[in-house]
Amino acid sequence: MSVTLDIRLKRANKVYHEGEVVAGVILLVCKEALQHHGISLSMEGLVNLQLSSKSVGVFEAFYNSVKPIQLISSNIEVAKAGKVPGGKTEIPFEFPLSTKGNKVLYETYHGVFVNIQYTLRCDMKRSLLAKDLTRNCEFIVHCQPQKAKVVPTPVNFTITPDTLQNIRERSALPKFLIRGNLDATNCVISQPLTGEVVVEHSDVPIKSIELQLVRVETCGCAEGYARDATEIQNIQIAEGDVCHSLAIPIYMVFPRLFTCPTLETTNFKVEFEVNIVIVLHDDHLITENFPLKLCRV
Amino acid sequence: MAAVQWRSRMRNYEAELQRCRPEAALVEFGDYHPLKPIMVTDTKTRRGARKGSTSSSSSSSSSAPADPLSSMLDGTDPLSMFAAASASEAPVMSHSASTGDLGRKRKEKSEEAVGLDFEPWSAKRGEILARFTTTEKLSINLFMGSDRGKAPSPGSSAVSEKVRTRLEELDDLEEGSQRELLNLSQQDYANRIEELNQSLKEAWASDQKVKALKIVIQCSKLLSDTSVIQFYPSKFVLITDILDTFGRLVYDRIWTMCSDPRPLPDSFTVDDVNDTAKETCLNWFFKIASIRELLPRLYVEAAILKCNRFLNKSGIQETLPRLTAMIRGIGDPLVAAYTRAYLCRVGMEVAPQLKDSLNRNFFDLLGTFRQISGESVQNQLVQQRVEVPEYLTLYSPAINWILQCIAYRAPEALLTEMMERCKKLGNNTLLLNSVMRAFRPEFVAARATDFISMIKDCDEAGFPKHLLFGSLGRSLACADPPESERLTILNEAWKVVTKVRSPQDYINCAEIWVEFTCRHFTKREVNTVLADIIKHMTPDRAFEDAYPQLQSVIRKILTYFHDFSVLFSMERFLPFLDMFQKDSVRVEVCRSIMEVFIKHQVEPTRDPVILNAMLHICKTMHDSVNALTLEDEKRSLALLIIGFIRMVSFGRDFEQQLSFCVEARATFCNLEPVLVQLIHTVNQLAMETSRVMKGSHSRKTAAFVRACAAYSFITIPSLSSIFSRLSLYLLSGQVALANQCLSQADAFLKAAVSILPEVPRSISIEGKLRSSESFLLDFINNFLATLLVVPDHPEHGVLYLVRGLLNMVQDYTWEDNSDAKVRVYVSALSLLAAMSQETYLYSIPKVDSNETLYGGDPKFLTEINKLCETLIGQILDHLKTLGRDEQSTRRQGTLAFSLFGILLSHGDLRNNKLSQLSVNLWNLSHKHGYCETRISVRTLECIKHQAQQPDMAHLTDTVQRLALQSRT
Repeated sequence: MSVTLDIRLKRANKVYHEGEVVAGVILLVCKEALQHHGISLSMEGLVNLQLSSKSVGVFEAFYNSVKPIQLISSNIEVAKAGKVPGGKTEIPFEFPLSTKGNKVLYETYHGVFVNIQYTLRCDMKRSLLAKDLTRNCEFIVHCQPQKAKVVPTPVNFTITPDTLQNIRERSALPKFLIRGNLDATNCVISQPLTGEVVVEHSDVPIKSIELQLVRVETCGCAEGYARDATEIQNIQIAEGDVCHSLAIPIYMVFPRLFTCPTLETTNFKVEFEVNIVIVLHDDHLITENFPLKLCRV
Repeated sequence: MAAVQWRSRMRNYEAELQRCRPEAALVEFGDYHPLKPIMVTDTKTRRGARKGSTSSSSSSSSSAPADPLSSMLDGTDPLSMFAAASASEAPVMSHSASTGDLGRKRKEKSEEAVGLDFEPWSAKRGEILARFTTTEKLSINLFMGSDRGKAPSPGSSAVSEKVRTRLEELDDLEEGSQRELLNLSQQDYANRIEELNQSLKEAWASDQKVKALKIVIQCSKLLSDTSVIQFYPSKFVLITDILDTFGRLVYDRIWTMCSDPRPLPDSFTVDDVNDTAKETCLNWFFKIASIRELLPRLYVEAAILKCNRFLNKSGIQETLPRLTAMIRGIGDPLVAAYTRAYLCRVGMEVAPQLKDSLNRNFFDLLGTFRQISGESVQNQLVQQRVEVPEYLTLYSPAINWILQCIAYRAPEALLTEMMERCKKLGNNTLLLNSVMRAFRPEFVAARATDFISMIKDCDEAGFPKHLLFGSLGRSLACADPPESERLTILNEAWKVVTKVRSPQDYINCAEIWVEFTCRHFTKREVNTVLADIIKHMTPDRAFEDAYPQLQSVIRKILTYFHDFSVLFSMERFLPFLDMFQKDSVRVEVCRSIMEVFIKHQVEPTRDPVILNAMLHICKTMHDSVNALTLEDEKRSLALLIIGFIRMVSFGRDFEQQLSFCVEARATFCNLEPVLVQLIHTVNQLAMETSRVMKGSHSRKTAAFVRACAAYSFITIPSLSSIFSRLSLYLLSGQVALANQCLSQADAFLKAAVSILPEVPRSISIEGKLRSSESFLLDFINNFLATLLVVPDHPEHGVLYLVRGLLNMVQDYTWEDNSDAKVRVYVSALSLLAAMSQETYLYSIPKVDSNETLYGGDPKFLTEINKLCETLIGQILDHLKTLGRDEQSTRRQGTLAFSLFGILLSHGDLRNNKLSQLSVNLWNLSHKHGYCETRISVRTLECIKHQAQQPDMAHLTDTVQRLALQSRT
């Protein structure tokens, strides 16, 4: 006797905002009528914090304090114990997406040390002999658009051997001059990061120019905090010995789920940075870092 | 029965003819006539016009009968309608809603999409693949994550997990199992790519979208590999095929997602697309945006550019410039140029109206041009041992394509601007070449002198100059430069062309310029060009590798020179032909010359130059025939040669013509149809002579026609087909008779009779064995008809030839169960009856037939009658034999009836015995009821009618004895 349980959301993109109603159907498909001990549906929003292994030693003491933060939780009983007729059964449901008190619904974010996730969970209890059925379905929450106007704050940069820090032998460096600009460091998350980079001059041919998107996650509390930067994605914008003094566009789409508007709370922080990485043919690696502020409008 | 006494009925042919002739009725011009064509004088104006042209005065009905064909169409016929529509774009066909719509749609299309005049990529594809080849070993480097059970786990439906696994899988490509295929030949490489194309389709069909994307990404990654650089253009072609497939698959998939409940219209907008489809589409774009490497990201996004239509209106418009700009990040100029070509190609397909990004692409290309001379590129060339000129040619397909896209329906000003920009870059040869290839020929032609000077200014080390002149020549072949400049252009161009050292390069270029030369200049210049080609191609037998080009030269010359006297008076034309030393090619060339000759030579010629040359050409074709030549091939060659022979006429110089035929016979002895044609020609010649002499030959002409006869007489035996021999003997005999060559005629006819026994019982016709009987019967009847006028030979007995023929007929081994022999006898009876008339039905002027020779001598008549009696005896014997067998009664009936017919029309039925015989035959033919009643009735009617004539009253008697069997 096979039965499948599924949750179907009305919106194809599964994106909801605070104050909206999450609507959909529970879909039950079985060949014959099905006895059950009740079907329930729950919605939950959680922030999961995790400590990186390198930080564990230091923060063992308050390890326990890093427990999931619940943002939203509600539960409804969809059906009392009884029978579901054979065939396809659709049970519609609706959840209002609103918080109690002054809690804020953060935007969905899948990171390494910080995870903000919203799920719907449907449980079907059954008799002792048959296993209970469960189904999870993630939906995505976009936080409310920022009210204040976004000031793009463009930035220009020039990279030469002299502007570099963290180098051992400045004299061993080949000569180069790379200029460029980012159109905005205050970025709208739904719009790409844009700008230009110009190789004005380089003694050694360029091998590659890359954009490295980095997340900086900070977990902590009063006792202290752990800050970790990890790569989200690396996008190559130039390959090979590019033409000198020709503007090469910087263009990067912020990946969904892996980015969210820059977030700062009492317990954790999610920030983003972009590195412009220039690899020279002799494998010299030149990196220029730009903190970004992401927001949603 | 045996003692039948034959008397031929005396006939007065003149009177009979008069009786049979219908009364002539004059038809006034303009009257209705059934055969008068129905003319629709005006197709544009409807009604009215049609009425007048088809109305008939004989028709009394009030309304004129409408032509059923034109009445269907309400005036205008569809063909002329289309013609009108295409001639002037104005839609004149408003009265027909559907066609009007069609026209409008088409008009719209031509504005927004690419018209037919745009040479599509598919046309270039093959050329590139054929041109850019390599013998070096290639390698494919694929980092395909080995399918380590990443099949989507059905349990989790969480978006995050799905996306994560997918992204992980994408990442896998980098660290995943590396599959490197080394040492591939070019063909292997193409096969591998095709395999990948197949596995892409399979992956897609089995819903493994991630795998499909992986394949595409890996393939486009191959395009960043420029080792074995000579092969790069071909590699580009192969791999972009895969990208095209992918783009189509994705587009179609999203398309079908929206096709519920009904398919999207072609001109759908974003609002017609449902959310799921949009989400899927968006997913693709996000996925592609996260591809790490630049080149695959660019290519794959370009491949699915069209899908932007599902998301928003301006998507394509925004994406194209962005992708264009992103290409700047590609360091290798060759890779970048081809990426641009691909982007232009996709752009042209999806949004041809967006010209800006095309131009942008080109300007960027110009901007990065200095890279070619840069260190990285030069190092690479040294490493791969590729010369700069060769390297530069690798660019031409890409740049040509980009320029072609730009130049398509572009305003003149833009083209001029483009050219100026190229000039500014120090006459970059590569660009110059592409400009000449891609821009409208008219544009190029008008500035031909400019171009030449630019080419001359170019530095020698760069792009090969002969290619530049080749491109220029190609444009000039389609469009005409100003008249005054033409000679200078040719001189300048040829100066360069003639200096090209490699024969292959030389001929490639020269071949193009031949067209220009032929188009605008006389034979003198063409001759010079030919001489130059010969000079270049002869050393080391270089022509052996250039047959296609040389053939094309000939073809071009033939297109422009239709006057063969001019053509052959070019001194170098025949020596040029001599370069075709491979048999098959030579024959093909000859053939093409002959085809043009037959098509364009309208007047018969006697020009010795033409004749000599053509004979030479025809002889070449003839000599190519050997035992292995196919029948069809022989036939077509023979047809061509015959076409030539028919075009030869020496006018009044008959002797010359005959001697030409003699020569031709010697030359073309292997092709029978040609010999047959020669015999016909000679016979015609004899008749022509006779016509000129108005029937009476002088001593000289008499000798000449005898010579003609002799020619035929000795030619015919060399034919293998027995029936052509027979009919030619007969024909030549007739011609000889007409020219009063009695002994020759006799000889011909005798020869015909003597080979009769050789006729096989079955002959092969179109590959099938068929009985020859009907052909033989036809021939014999024809022969008998001729014998009427042939006078008896004084040294032989009376009716020598008739007897001879009948003897042959008797001895011939006819098919079993055949009445053919007897049917010949029946026909012979008619002949004999005709011979016993006082004046014959027909005669040949100036030839005394037997009527005059014997003057109705009773002895002669008795001879005839005796012969007739023998024949009738034979026929009756045969009838009796037939009667014995049940199965042959039908044949017996038919035969009896035909004999009855002969008796009736040729026999003198006043004779009782004959009359009795005819009645018996009638009865015999009706005995078994096989006779068709209708024919019997009509026969009776005819006899009754005849009986009313004077001297025929006796028939009344006979008629009464002919009983008509009713079928009861």
